Amino acid sequence: MQKFPTPQGMSRRHFLTHLAGASALAAPAFSLTQALTAQAATIKRNQKSCILLWMGGGPPTIDIWDMKSGTPTGGTFKPISTAGEGQITELLPKVAKQMHRLSIVRSMSTREADHERGRYYMHTGYVPNPNVQHPSYGSVVAHELASNRRELEIPPFVSIGGASEGPGFLGMAYAPFQVDSNGRVRNAKANVEEARMMDRVQLLNVLERRFVRENRGSAAVEHAKVLQSTLSLLTSNQMEAFKVQDESEANREWYGNTGFGRGCLMARRLVETGVPFVEVNLGGWDLHQNCATGLQTKLPEVDQAMSALVDDLAIRGLLENTTILWMGEFGRTPRINGDAGRDHWARSWSVVVGGGGIQGGKVVGATNKDGTQVTSEPYSSEDLMATVCRAMGISLDRTFKASNGRPMKIAGGGKVISELFG
Amino acid sequence: MALQTQPCRISCISFPRISCCLLLVLLFCTVCPNRSQAEVASKTSVKALGSSTKGSATKEDSAKGSSSRAQGVRPTSEDSATTEVDEQIVALINRQIRSAWDENGLHPSKRATDAEWCRRVYLDLLGRVPTVEELDSYTVGKNRSKRQALVDRLLGSEYHNEYVDNWSTQWTNTLIGRTGGRMRRSLISRSGMEQYLRSSFQKNKPYDQLAVELISATGSADPKEEGFNGAVNFLVEKLDDDGIQATTKTSQIFLGTAVQCTQCHNHPFNEYRQNQFWELNAFFRQARVQRTRDPEDENRFFGRIVDQDFAGEGLELYRDDRSEVFLVERNGKLVDRDKERLNAAPVYYELRNGQVRVAYPVFVDGTSLVEKFSEQGAEYGNSGYLENVNRRQELAQLLISVPDFDQAIVNRTWAHFFGYGFTKPFDDMGPHNTPSHPKLLDELSQAFRGAKFDLKTLMRWIVLSEPYSLSSRISRTNAKDDPTLGVSPQFSRFYVRQMQAEQLYESLLVATHADETVKEERRSMLKERWLRQFSTAFGTDDNAEATTFNGSIPQTLTLMNGELVNRACSTGSGSFLDKIANDSSLSNREKIGYLYRAALARFPSKEEIKVCNSLLASRDGDLVGTLQDIWWAVLNSNEFILVH
Repeated sequence: MQKFPTPQGMSRRHFLTHLAGASALAAPAFSLTQALTAQAATIKRNQKSCILLWMGGGPPTIDIWDMKSGTPTGGTFKPISTAGEGQITELLPKVAKQMHRLSIVRSMSTREADHERGRYYMHTGYVPNPNVQHPSYGSVVAHELASNRRELEIPPFVSIGGASEGPGFLGMAYAPFQVDSNGRVRNAKANVEEARMMDRVQLLNVLERRFVRENRGSAAVEHAKVLQSTLSLLTSNQMEAFKVQDESEANREWYGNTGFGRGCLMARRLVETGVPFVEVNLGGWDLHQNCATGLQTKLPEVDQAMSALVDDLAIRGLLENTTILWMGEFGRTPRINGDAGRDHWARSWSVVVGGGGIQGGKVVGATNKDGTQVTSEPYSSEDLMATVCRAMGISLDRTFKASNGRPMKIAGGGKVISELFG
Repeated sequence: MALQTQPCRISCISFPRISCCLLLVLLFCTVCPNRSQAEVASKTSVKALGSSTKGSATKEDSAKGSSSRAQGVRPTSEDSATTEVDEQIVALINRQIRSAWDENGLHPSKRATDAEWCRRVYLDLLGRVPTVEELDSYTVGKNRSKRQALVDRLLGSEYHNEYVDNWSTQWTNTLIGRTGGRMRRSLISRSGMEQYLRSSFQKNKPYDQLAVELISATGSADPKEEGFNGAVNFLVEKLDDDGIQATTKTSQIFLGTAVQCTQCHNHPFNEYRQNQFWELNAFFRQARVQRTRDPEDENRFFGRIVDQDFAGEGLELYRDDRSEVFLVERNGKLVDRDKERLNAAPVYYELRNGQVRVAYPVFVDGTSLVEKFSEQGAEYGNSGYLENVNRRQELAQLLISVPDFDQAIVNRTWAHFFGYGFTKPFDDMGPHNTPSHPKLLDELSQAFRGAKFDLKTLMRWIVLSEPYSLSSRISRTNAKDDPTLGVSPQFSRFYVRQMQAEQLYESLLVATHADETVKEERRSMLKERWLRQFSTAFGTDDNAEATTFNGSIPQTLTLMNGELVNRACSTGSGSFLDKIANDSSLSNREKIGYLYRAALARFPSKEEIKVCNSLLASRDGDLVGTLQDIWWAVLNSNEFILVH
């Protein structure tokens, strides 16, 4: 079979016009044609976005943001001063220079110190519950903001280099779109030319609609919706946003030639395109052994990418509308174990936030001398989400009806960390 | 032994129509004070049953079954006919499910069409759709008991190899996940795990034996290594960090309980306590993993599990250098008074408030090894010395003796066939998670134990049940039976669910006859490579992973533009589509019908034929090209990817 890549210049609008007008056969149950009313891809300014820098595995924040040098739990690295209030690890010198734009919350105190449960809790604000699948924050934000962004043709929730958490009861249309940080979206080129693809999609629509009409439940409907999103993406010029390799060499060097660096750079491109929620994953923090050695390789990668991202967003005027959140599923034990590692620890740990109207340069909360207890008001996943919502202009009064009929407050009833707003 | 006890156990509870002679046996069974008498009684019951079965549970078989534990109820795959006992259990399922419908004011959907049911049962038992030939030969049959006849065939010798393939794959994914052994430096040998499971399913090994072997395995993980025992692959990467993962996964897979949160605190919703986690964990502490580097590839390691004396956490193995030994009389013998206490090997854990506690092996039902070995001395059971106690072997025996073990596998198997178990999720059972059908779960579990843990028997009961026979179409009378809305499933219709990636792969091979042309080895290599793309590991110590084969955009893109479907749509000379296009015995309409049956197990509708014809017209009569478009559309549809 001959392969014709979808022509670069073909717009989705063009494609759909063909599809809609082609014949009487095209009368989809789900509206492929609805998007025709969308305006061409002109991205409005002032669109709010959130970038979550997800440190999978649980980073030892006691070695990074809330150092206890000189105590038995303090670890090997030295703290350095920053452009903001607090001191941070010497392994983040570039980030230190950006700390007037970011704030540290040192009084996170949570209960889930198992990876799966911690990941779920920190992504949703709920502990796993057999009767309801909670949507992740990314899905919630996508759900809240995507409806006002009709011009957005790529998924409203993108997860780079990791799986994130699912859309729960909001449905697969709000699932994280998982991509690699190399900028190549797998299988995003059709094997046949445009006209032929249209023919195929016509028949596919008939099949899809027939099965949905047979009333076999939500899986069939969800499939149809995801198919629509996929077709939209397949023919969109906005796919360029993923092409991190198109950035100038200087920019790529600025963010660092690492997976996380490319991920952060892609996140900036996606935010520029209007994607409301981007998660960039950096795993490998499960440092049960040789914690210090692990940090010597991980933190320089973070330093380069995170400092570039903050600086770049600020320079482009995007930082005031883009909330940045750096966190993992929990912290790690103040005690250093027999393998020179640190184990899971949720009782007292730190996260970093900034942008989108959140004040930079602050240190919120504190822990005791050896970092084993929070000594100020403790904050939770829900409180963080409430803070992000506030920064993104999403009302905290918003409630969802969960699949089991129970009303569910956005951010799970968390309270805004008020010190972060002027 | 157990097949025989099976009718006893459930019959007592819920078999009104049981024969008199069986009932007598039952009464005897319930009053018999000890096990050996119960065994006698159950043998009698088999004779009673044997006389009325259709020749499958012959005396010879039952003799075989009782003489050798290794052989299941149906020791060979040839012997696979549905028996009267099976029918009774199916009736039990139907009765209990129906009574719950009545209680909940539900009316079931209609029966699925023959073709729908046929597609479903091939997918669930063998992991692929039926071929057009298999489908046609089933749907033309008029025999009233043809569903049963098909199940007998699929669970019989004819399809045994495919059954083995499918269930080895299922269990490999369960035991080591989809990423296990697929990462660099992994100690797991995926093929070693598969080999072990394949040979187990080949023999139709009873499930309890499988569990014992997996939990207590020692030996090398890799088939190329000396002392290979593929079963060790289950635990070989779960023993780091004091065996937390071994504890968690053993509990989750074999007991159906999610205890991972109790390593740090008491369970928030049920009575599981933190101490129970560490007492269960203590059973794994004699197991050690040895790793050796592959001399030919420095990124490859071989793993081996050995059992070693365990001194206790932070302790050295005790060297007896006492200058005085106190002898005391115990059971008429003089024994060393302090020996056991000195041998006791504790583990420690930390409460949330920072206090440290000690734990010794105690099983989740409260049975401690101290109690079990109390006759040998007060602390003998806590010994970490292998010559005294092999903790994992003790664990395995305790585990297969509790009802949780039976319920976990019944719930898991039920969930495989229905998309939902009796609890959500099926492997998080416990007082916090009331099952939808507690009595059915209980009785089915006892019946499974009674059937000597024969997995094929359990599957047979489930696929022959009424709920499994129902259409997936929602009717006005059962719309509220929708587990996606958070309610307990009532199984008043068949819940549509997505195929697994493995099922899709096999289905495409079979549908396009590619399985006939590609050699076995290459096939599994290609399959392995294709499956890899969907899995992501989180890289955390719990080996957690996610799949993008979950109905999201990346999956849809793979089906639309990926190599697998592209290959299935090939029109090269000798390809599937080429052969159909050039088959002069078929009309165009029949050709389209063939494609529809191969993928969807149905004929095209009038509207679909019309679209297909207009496609043909728009392609100026290019038949093979049109068939290619049709095939692509069919394979990308919700109807294809969903099990319905």
